[in-house]
Amino acid sequence: MFYREAGDFKTSYTDDSQTFPIKFDRYRYYAVLVAAFAVVPLVIDDYWVNAVFLPFLIYAIAAIGLNILVGYCGQVSLGTGGFMAVGAYAVYKLMTSFPEVSIFFHVILAGGITAAVCVLFGLPSLRIKGFYLAVATLAAQFFLVWLFNRVPWFYNYSASGQISAPERTIAGVPITGAETAPWAAYLFCLVFVTASALIARNLTRGMAGRKWMAIRDMDIAAEIIGVNPLKAKLSAFAVSGFFVGISGALFFAVYLGAVEVGEAFGINKSFLVLFMVIIGGLGSIFGSFAGAAFLVLLPVLLKNTLVGTLGWPTDLAAHLELMIVGSLIIVFLVAEPHGLAQLWRVAKEKLRLWPFPH
Amino acid sequence: MKDMDAEGYTTEDGRKIGGVLMEMRNITLRFGGVVAIEDISFDIREGEIRAIIGPNGAGKSSMLNVISGFYNPQEGEVWYKGAKRPHMKPYQVAQQGIARTFQNIALFEGMTVLDNVMTGRIRQMSAGMFAQALWKGRAEAEETENRAAVEKVIDFLEIQHIRKTPVGRLPYGLKKRVELARALAAEPSILLLDEPMAGMNVEEKEDMSRFILDVNDEFGTTIALIEHDMGVVMDLSDRVVVMDYGKKIGDGSPDEVRKNQAVIDAYLGVAHD
Ligand SMILES: Nc1ncnc2c1ncn2[C@@H]1O[C@H](COP(=O)(O)OP(=O)(O)OP(=O)(O)O)[C@@H](O)[C@H]1O
Ligand SMILES: [Mg+2]
Repeated sequence: MFYREAGDFKTSYTDDSQTFPIKFDRYRYYAVLVAAFAVVPLVIDDYWVNAVFLPFLIYAIAAIGLNILVGYCGQVSLGTGGFMAVGAYAVYKLMTSFPEVSIFFHVILAGGITAAVCVLFGLPSLRIKGFYLAVATLAAQFFLVWLFNRVPWFYNYSASGQISAPERTIAGVPITGAETAPWAAYLFCLVFVTASALIARNLTRGMAGRKWMAIRDMDIAAEIIGVNPLKAKLSAFAVSGFFVGISGALFFAVYLGAVEVGEAFGINKSFLVLFMVIIGGLGSIFGSFAGAAFLVLLPVLLKNTLVGTLGWPTDLAAHLELMIVGSLIIVFLVAEPHGLAQLWRVAKEKLRLWPFPH
Repeated sequence: MKDMDAEGYTTEDGRKIGGVLMEMRNITLRFGGVVAIEDISFDIREGEIRAIIGPNGAGKSSMLNVISGFYNPQEGEVWYKGAKRPHMKPYQVAQQGIARTFQNIALFEGMTVLDNVMTGRIRQMSAGMFAQALWKGRAEAEETENRAAVEKVIDFLEIQHIRKTPVGRLPYGLKKRVELARALAAEPSILLLDEPMAGMNVEEKEDMSRFILDVNDEFGTTIALIEHDMGVVMDLSDRVVVMDYGKKIGDGSPDEVRKNQAVIDAYLGVAHD
């Protein structure tokens, strides 16, 4: 009953274009923010942070980044793993070369470097699209992993060929390294997720987003009404790369701590993030969160119930997970390309009219 | 049409038409062996409604595509606002204030009506990525200002009720209207309409005719339109170019064109030798 816009009149265009036009949504959003920043850090332990919260937050950033490229601008990318690797190696080189600079800036810079690399690999999109572009980005994926494996400068000539994050602190609190408290790692990532979501939301509700969507829906018409396709596509690659780079940097420095590139940032990662975007909803920021949450929680849930409670063997549970994800991808691609986000919207629509559906 | 000269002329209904805004000089456009446009010249004057008519395949849409910079003619020159136009990409032509609609609707189906019409304002909005990312300063002010301008167009075309509807869900007639709204939102110097009334019923055609006349009347917008319905053309336009098989076979006021023997032959389907 209380979920509706009745009595909540917009008196200006600014009000009308805000992120949560309905008051109830706005309050729920503030409630989530307060809970995320003030309550969760007090109660979480190591298990929850490592199994659920960190991967969720970090993949959410990657999914937002990929969604801008695929969901908003319509440019397919299978290079997400490779671009996350760029973020990871960039932050590693920055951390080890400039230890006096705060890790906070290193992560942002790593995003910037990834943005530049992403633009470079986005150049073919000016000529090719669809399947061919997917293949080109796939080539980027393999090339980048190969590069970080082969050029010792990237891993500072370490004997193992791995990179591992040295301890870095903010205001005396360790953020990376073995001493890091769960709440500190969580809060650090949460800050980046919140900022990423806000920036992505602002870009997609304004002219940048409209240009991307125009290119996605009909590139020829977009150009004829005044969209510069070169700028629109490359800016999508840049913004997408920025977020994906940040997520790669956090994935390595804060979450894993040490990384072997082929294992952490292989082609599987590209698909995982793409599946998050498809299941969550193409062209939706909220969907990026929903997709990340779903694919992070699903294996945890299956493992706890099937293996933990019912005593199934681990590999059987893993196979079941693959089957569930696979069929969901097909279902969503065929029946609901706007994913979980759309199901959520439809549910809200129903709720708004309830109990008088006409 | 009285006293046609460099300064302009006065229409039958007493509107003042200005000097030449756009001039096509000896345009020839070929697709491989097909000559879509053959050595055609005509001009479009400030404030007038100029029609381009002709049978199917005459080359009318191709001509609009040349004006929009989508096709590059092999020969000939395009003059705009008194200067020869260099080779331009379509988006640069749009930036110069030339907006259009398409014969087969070309809207952005995944976006709402409001967002579609807002894309018409690209020329007026220039805030950088950083300002947009923070939704502050220039970006925010620009968004509000341009939204106000777009709402005027939305009111004008009477599509307020579908503002937030995704375009993909609209019926054909409304889509045509939204596409006109997007072009109008650009506040163009020249508005190009490719068969704005194709596929509409009588009532929708009347609405659309009224909108076209009102746009020209209220904003003084110069309009070039392609239309098959002769009744509509005769009612709306000040001057008419007639094309057939890529050639220009007539040019003048609706009355002059109607009496032109070559035009009559083309429309009656007299065999070409
Ligand atoms: N991109 C293209 N490639 C090859 N031929 C083309 C192309 N565009 C148009 N043509 C040809 O040019 C000629 C003129 O086509 P155009 O679409 O300009 O005609 P039109 O007068 O708009 O016809 P209609 O009334 O059917 O819309 C036709 O013979 C068409 O086949
Ligand atoms: Mg045509």
